[in-house]
Amino acid sequence: MDPTACPEITDALLDEHNLSREEYQRIVELIGRAPNWVELGVFSAMWSEHCSYKSSKPHLMTLPTQGPRVIQGPGENAGVVDIGDGQAVVFKIESHNHPSFIEPYQGAATGVGGILRDIFTMGARPIALLNSLRFGEITHPKTRYLLNGVVSGIAGYGNCIGVPTVGGEIYFDECYNGNILVNVFSLGLVKADRIFLGNASGVGNPVIYVGSKTGRDGIHGASMASAEFDDKTEEKRPTVQVGDPFTEKLLLEACLESMKEDWIVGVQDMGAAGLTSSAFEMADRAGLGLELNIDQVPMREDGMSAYEVMLSESQERMLFVVQAGREDEALTTFRKWDLSAEVIGRVVEGDRMVISHGGRTVLDLPVKAVVEGGLAVTRPTKRPANLDDNQKLDLTKIEIPDTGKTLKHLLATPTIAHKGFVWEQYDHMVRLNTLVLPGSDAAVLRVPGTQKALAISVDCNSRYGYLDAYTGGQIASAEACRNVVCSGAEPIGVSNCLNFGNPENPEIMWQFEQAVRGLGDWCRFMDIPVVSGNVSLYNETKGEAIFPTPTIAVVGLIENADRHCTQNFKREGDRIGLIGQSLEEIGGSEYLKLVSSEIKGKPPRLDQALEKNVQALCLDWIQNGHLASAHDCAEGGLAVALAECAMSGEEMLGAKIILQSTLRPDALWFGETQSRIVVTYSPDDEAQLIAEAKKANVPFEVIGTVGGNRLQFQLNGDSVMDEAVVALNRIWTSSLEEYANRVG
Amino acid sequence: MLAKIHVTLKNGVLDPQGKAVHHALNDLGFAEVQEVSIGKYLELQLDGVSEEEAESRVRAMCDRLLANTVIESYRFNLEL
Amino acid sequence: MKCGVVVFPGSNCDHDCYHILKHIMGWDAKWVWHKDESLDGLDLLVLPGGFSYGDYLRAGSIACFSPIMKAVSGFAGRGGRVLGICNGFQVLTEAGLLPGALMRNRSQRFLCKFQSVRVETSATPFTADCAEGEVLSLPIAHADGNFYADADTIKQMEDQDQIVLRYCNASGEVTDADNPNGSAGSIAGVVNAGKNVMGLMPHPERAADPALPGSDGRKLFDSLLAFA
Repeated sequence: MDPTACPEITDALLDEHNLSREEYQRIVELIGRAPNWVELGVFSAMWSEHCSYKSSKPHLMTLPTQGPRVIQGPGENAGVVDIGDGQAVVFKIESHNHPSFIEPYQGAATGVGGILRDIFTMGARPIALLNSLRFGEITHPKTRYLLNGVVSGIAGYGNCIGVPTVGGEIYFDECYNGNILVNVFSLGLVKADRIFLGNASGVGNPVIYVGSKTGRDGIHGASMASAEFDDKTEEKRPTVQVGDPFTEKLLLEACLESMKEDWIVGVQDMGAAGLTSSAFEMADRAGLGLELNIDQVPMREDGMSAYEVMLSESQERMLFVVQAGREDEALTTFRKWDLSAEVIGRVVEGDRMVISHGGRTVLDLPVKAVVEGGLAVTRPTKRPANLDDNQKLDLTKIEIPDTGKTLKHLLATPTIAHKGFVWEQYDHMVRLNTLVLPGSDAAVLRVPGTQKALAISVDCNSRYGYLDAYTGGQIASAEACRNVVCSGAEPIGVSNCLNFGNPENPEIMWQFEQAVRGLGDWCRFMDIPVVSGNVSLYNETKGEAIFPTPTIAVVGLIENADRHCTQNFKREGDRIGLIGQSLEEIGGSEYLKLVSSEIKGKPPRLDQALEKNVQALCLDWIQNGHLASAHDCAEGGLAVALAECAMSGEEMLGAKIILQSTLRPDALWFGETQSRIVVTYSPDDEAQLIAEAKKANVPFEVIGTVGGNRLQFQLNGDSVMDEAVVALNRIWTSSLEEYANRVG
Repeated sequence: MLAKIHVTLKNGVLDPQGKAVHHALNDLGFAEVQEVSIGKYLELQLDGVSEEEAESRVRAMCDRLLANTVIESYRFNLEL
Repeated sequence: MKCGVVVFPGSNCDHDCYHILKHIMGWDAKWVWHKDESLDGLDLLVLPGGFSYGDYLRAGSIACFSPIMKAVSGFAGRGGRVLGICNGFQVLTEAGLLPGALMRNRSQRFLCKFQSVRVETSATPFTADCAEGEVLSLPIAHADGNFYADADTIKQMEDQDQIVLRYCNASGEVTDADNPNGSAGSIAGVVNAGKNVMGLMPHPERAADPALPGSDGRKLFDSLLAFA
């Protein structure tokens, strides 16, 4: 039988390939004939949402991507930003949601492997991993299994390859019951003039396959990530890839060693859609063609067809183009590291990809048609019909609860609870750059050999996005910046991972458009470029979409590493101040969810000008050595932020807080008003700080004093809470760990 | 020839994996489970050796690499 | 002090050890590739942490057959100082250069955190600068650190003063609650009978650079200098 023969084109067949009738017609027009079986598979992968960004591109184009520090913006394996002194950082955040739901350990592990390859293919040594995870309600029967599986998968891969996992965040919400999110971020360091791109230039140059052998794993992963889940999803297990961190460690070292030489022309990771996407994209960037021979591809299994080889998503593989005549040096280097390495083809004149197998041509396509020929999709948008209803919140129905009891309940909620048992499973210290251990506002790493440090934060509160997608996007990016600022860093670059439901639903597309607009508005306002990212759509099971979750990673630069800052109280007698002003904003809060089980109301508003001033003031104070600690007010509001400051030091320190306010007390303690930072400083500096805040036109209020071992709150002259810090800490640190350790 | 090898922890060596699974099974209502031990199962495809030779060579493989005899014991059988 | 850091495929604390030896201690440090066969001229050899050969089969089980291990064995036999950290400790037990074995943590999980350990003897080149009973705070980062040896072996090790570190709480008490991985006798580090080969699960190299959190790891390296 002819292995390239295509069965009759039916709706069912096109459906399996996630192609529409219109798209099939377009293929026939572009290539002037019907595609064969291999070609159909290639189009299916390359035109999938995952590879082509067909729904999201028009919106992504609106994001600011330029800036004086930007060396490489979106469109390559990862973004590159200059940090001075001839050095640059390479970073990106990426999703591995669908595979992680189907097989949490391997899905998360290969997510880590994929993002690391994106970094080191550019010539950078990865020095940090972070992750942003979303799970369903802890009462959902699958949540514990998924949580433990994902965490151990991230640990298994990251620990073995020896890149520290230094931070991240975990949220739990019912909307993720059927679609968890696993977003992984990595950052690497590179010399600014030694950056490698995915470019197959130079006619006659050999194309070299390096890494693990190709098996049948993950075939059609890209298409799978571009479809909704249904009842049969869990049967799709065989398509999930298995990670081999040991081989990737060899690949990492071999790559970085070979990149010291001068024979590499271009390199790209074989990620989603494997050999297909790497070969087509590299050829497209160079505007040239490739001739590849599949027989030369190292294979793990017998009898693999061209279709399978082209679409396999076996992990730990890369495609190199090297200078003609230098292939032996290349092969020797890779094989020294016990990696499979073979010349599988050449760069050729023209613009065609020609692939042979068993002596016959199995694919012959114009490169541009495949990479850029997909139908531009302008998805209709529509404001969600239930939005007005969701934004209604009647506060009169909510009784003001006891402050201490509520704080304790909040500290035990899984989203706020201490995540120590998670990051203790990650090696967060290897490579000796971790200046701040996990658990503060941002991860802080030194830049080896310099006085500089980097602060990194990933953030997104999707409830805000559900209630107002624009504000959700805006706050996610502003808060990630605020976290980085609280560590003493100036934000220099953004990477985004946009997780949404089915874009064919106009209401979802509206959320997407709004969230991107919010993100773009903040980044433009602050002049921070978005240099890399990834879009994950179809996070939807049987019509139930996740909340809009635009996860934002922000990288910040600290010029003087000695002047980094952490969140915990440091000294008895330090004064506590609040930069920013609390408003009556309870909508979408963790507190509201706790007391009413509802996610309603308008989310907190973001005043961009105020936010900018708050961040500038806080950064200025840290850089000038005024602050002993700084901590952003986020989920759980001021009360939780103060408790975290008290609990998270190596030695816990209490505080006495004295407030005067006309706000509803629950809004004051637990509301999630933005643009607020809790800081501590020496009493000697108080007069100066108050004057500086006034001059900067930023609200600043002295709210208490650090000391003792109790956390005491006083409001309008009355004591409203008095708890031992150690007791609060026991609640905070035990609830999630006990949950994860339970069997059931 | 196929060598089927089972490597398990020696008697008396604590088996935390087995203990965890035992606990989990009991919690799930499988009260009849009295003991769980977890080990490794390996299959080696052998070529060009007699059964007698294979016997001693597989033993050597186990002693030298496949089992750590400080903590593990092994047993195997050979199938033609 | 001339020292070498062995690089196995999958070693990942090799750079960290090299950094401390070379830049913090100021010693003459060099890399030793696992396929090298000679260790001539070295005073100290470090087997670093990591996942040699992916820790597939058992942690350290494949690395102990690397070509360099014959030389390590000879070097140790001649009294050369060998320090195996984490995966290096696992390799040394698999190679039979140290007693016992390291099994999966009783929690079944990888564990990375600062952990208190008590110095049980200062009569080794690795702890000469420490006081007996001194409590050190050192990072641990492992999934297979659960030390096991049969009762007779442990008795013998105790009799010969071969147990160097035990996990403990901040005030130096050895309790089950402060045993992070289930190790027999809370053992965190041991030496051979000749006291020139030490293996430990904690990472002293992670608490030896003044720019980073923690400083107690430095004491082990200072000890080597004091002893020399």
